[in-house]
Amino acid sequence: MSPLILKGVRPYGEGDPVDVLIRDGVIAQIGIVEEDAEVVDGNGAVLLPGFVDLHTHLREPGREDTETIATGSAAAALGGYTAVFAMANTDPVADNAVVVGHVARRGREVGLVDVHPVGAVTVGLEGVKLAELGTMAKAGVRVFSDDGHCVHDPLIMRRALEYSKALDVVVAQHAEEPRLTVGAQAHEGEQASRLGLQGWPAAAEESIVARDCLLALHAGARLHVCHVSTTGTADVLKWAKARGTQVSAEVTPHHLLLTDERLETYDPVNKVNPPLRTAQDVRKLREALAEGVIDCVATDHAPHAVQDKDCEWSAARPGMLGLQTALSIVVEAMVKTGLLDWRGVARVMSERPAEIAGLPDQGRPIEVGEPANLTLVDPDATWTVRGAQFASIAANTPFEGMELPGAVVATLLRGRVTAVGGRIPA
Amino acid sequence: MKHLLSTEGIDPAQATAILDTAAGLKQALEGREVRKLPTLRGRTVITMFFENSTRTRVSFEIAGKWMSADVVNVSASGSSVSKGESLRDTALTLAAAGADCVIVRHPASGAAHRLAGWLKEAGTSVVNAGDGMHEHPTQALLDAATLRERLGDLRDRRIAIVGDVLHSRVARSNVHLLTALGADVTLVAPPTLLPVGVENWPVTVSHELDAELPSLDAVMLLRVQAERMHGGFFPSAREYSIAYGLNENRLNLLPEHAVVLHPGPMLRGMEIASAVADSPRAAITDQVRNGVHVRMAVLYHLLAHEEETA
Repeated sequence: MSPLILKGVRPYGEGDPVDVLIRDGVIAQIGIVEEDAEVVDGNGAVLLPGFVDLHTHLREPGREDTETIATGSAAAALGGYTAVFAMANTDPVADNAVVVGHVARRGREVGLVDVHPVGAVTVGLEGVKLAELGTMAKAGVRVFSDDGHCVHDPLIMRRALEYSKALDVVVAQHAEEPRLTVGAQAHEGEQASRLGLQGWPAAAEESIVARDCLLALHAGARLHVCHVSTTGTADVLKWAKARGTQVSAEVTPHHLLLTDERLETYDPVNKVNPPLRTAQDVRKLREALAEGVIDCVATDHAPHAVQDKDCEWSAARPGMLGLQTALSIVVEAMVKTGLLDWRGVARVMSERPAEIAGLPDQGRPIEVGEPANLTLVDPDATWTVRGAQFASIAANTPFEGMELPGAVVATLLRGRVTAVGGRIPA
Repeated sequence: MKHLLSTEGIDPAQATAILDTAAGLKQALEGREVRKLPTLRGRTVITMFFENSTRTRVSFEIAGKWMSADVVNVSASGSSVSKGESLRDTALTLAAAGADCVIVRHPASGAAHRLAGWLKEAGTSVVNAGDGMHEHPTQALLDAATLRERLGDLRDRRIAIVGDVLHSRVARSNVHLLTALGADVTLVAPPTLLPVGVENWPVTVSHELDAELPSLDAVMLLRVQAERMHGGFFPSAREYSIAYGLNENRLNLLPEHAVVLHPGPMLRGMEIASAVADSPRAAITDQVRNGVHVRMAVLYHLLAHEEETA
């Protein structure tokens, strides 16, 4: 691979612009580079370690009409990601080495982002019988989750946590007590009551997170909590961490910005699980992310076909696109509010998720000798969201028409440019 | 008025205008041998019911027919809906076939709102005939019409709504409309059947029916659906009936002039004693009768009134 120079960039948005020379997929020099090489002009843009998404739905196999590993990888690269974790709720379910092997192989073939398959915790996501975690771990799976479903049986969850200890993997829980969310359609609160939508109480998330933190501590195992959405969950996490629980947690961009006020129109583009909550929850989640109580941002990128969204609320599928808007939402919710600086963005978008999943070559410091998994961000750009223009096949973004700050200028995967100027290089 | 989707935020003047029109229509038709007005001749009204409700569908159908509209009834089981067609496609098909107004009953909250959005270009009016647990605006209007007949102006009248408020679209529509008309509304139910956040509604909340009865001008009983009885919302039908059923002893606690309403269908012996339902203080058949006039008035304001004032 020919060498590449990132000209006039500011690592972590700090100091004067420097040049970064990349050779053989590795950062070779930082400073003033006088070398004949291909140049990406930074114009003072912020250089960050490539983003890592612990929570993506790529829909392949099964719903290739909404997203494929190819289109999802393109969306990831354009969003500044160098690694994504593809959730297991495909059809067939990724609960065996054959399906996870297929996802990993397709990811490598596409080559725009490291695609790590997530393995199911239980067979068929049914919550009854452990899937073959060991076999899948041997095939390279680092994260297990029944996402979309909660591993609700406390004994199954205990066994999953215990068993995972020998495999050096992490179990990621979709925390939703199913008995408390039968038919649930929206955050249980004033808005849902008024709109006549069946409530999804905060306690249904918090009770599972509390239970699983107790189990993880008891088992001496690691636990990751998917898409934290409530004030109470943040409090539980803080308490659990203080008493030494090995627990990490993620929050989605949409839970950092949107509230259930949006449900007014009954447009299911705003339907998501866990549901959009209140302004107080949004404030608390931002604080928890800034403090490190919540470790990282994960998109829960969930493409859906038009017919699964352009219908009545209760018939619609939950979920929203996230890969190409995540950075801008984090800038809007966390950077512009002064809650995070660019070091902080690197931490929540790249370093912590890479650590949680145990990826040795992602989320690394921007230093000579480190792998060139990098994202270049224009902090001053603003752009208007148009779902139809995204690389994803589906277009279900709740941010449609919003003007957002911050744009990805370029993404580098082991020194190769996977996205530049909003395009995938030919 | 283009659509009638909810009573939330309804302009009291608009509500009063509909109620006045309904009263006028009732008077005009009373005692007539031929109960038919030519007002909506040539207009097509389609009722689209995705839930069984003979009472509401028939009321709308008669209302349309008495106004000389062409009324077509579509039921979910006898149409392409049962073959898996989406609500959007069904609505667009009916609009393309020439509907001036679609009256929709649907189990999903917000279905009527969605429909109004999809039919914007077609220009078709939408009437919400009950959407999930959200609203049932014509029921609230017919309840208000019945109360006005018995009590006159509703300002500062004390009205209790008793029962399964949580799941009730009738309760939501009535809270919005009655408070807009100046009434003082009290919700009476066990805590399990009250919505989260009800303390911020413009109402008083009580768990003690007996304590409320002596000061009421009207009591409106809500239907308790069978699935709630088995859903653990209260221990048993017997206990519900003991605490919240309107029996003869309770009827005697009400002031002489107080009115008893029930949107039907009634569970006699459980929500309401037979003797109460059949007493002169119950206005239950008046509600059904007024339902037709109120729905005529709604169709008039949606389909005819605009042109006259334009």
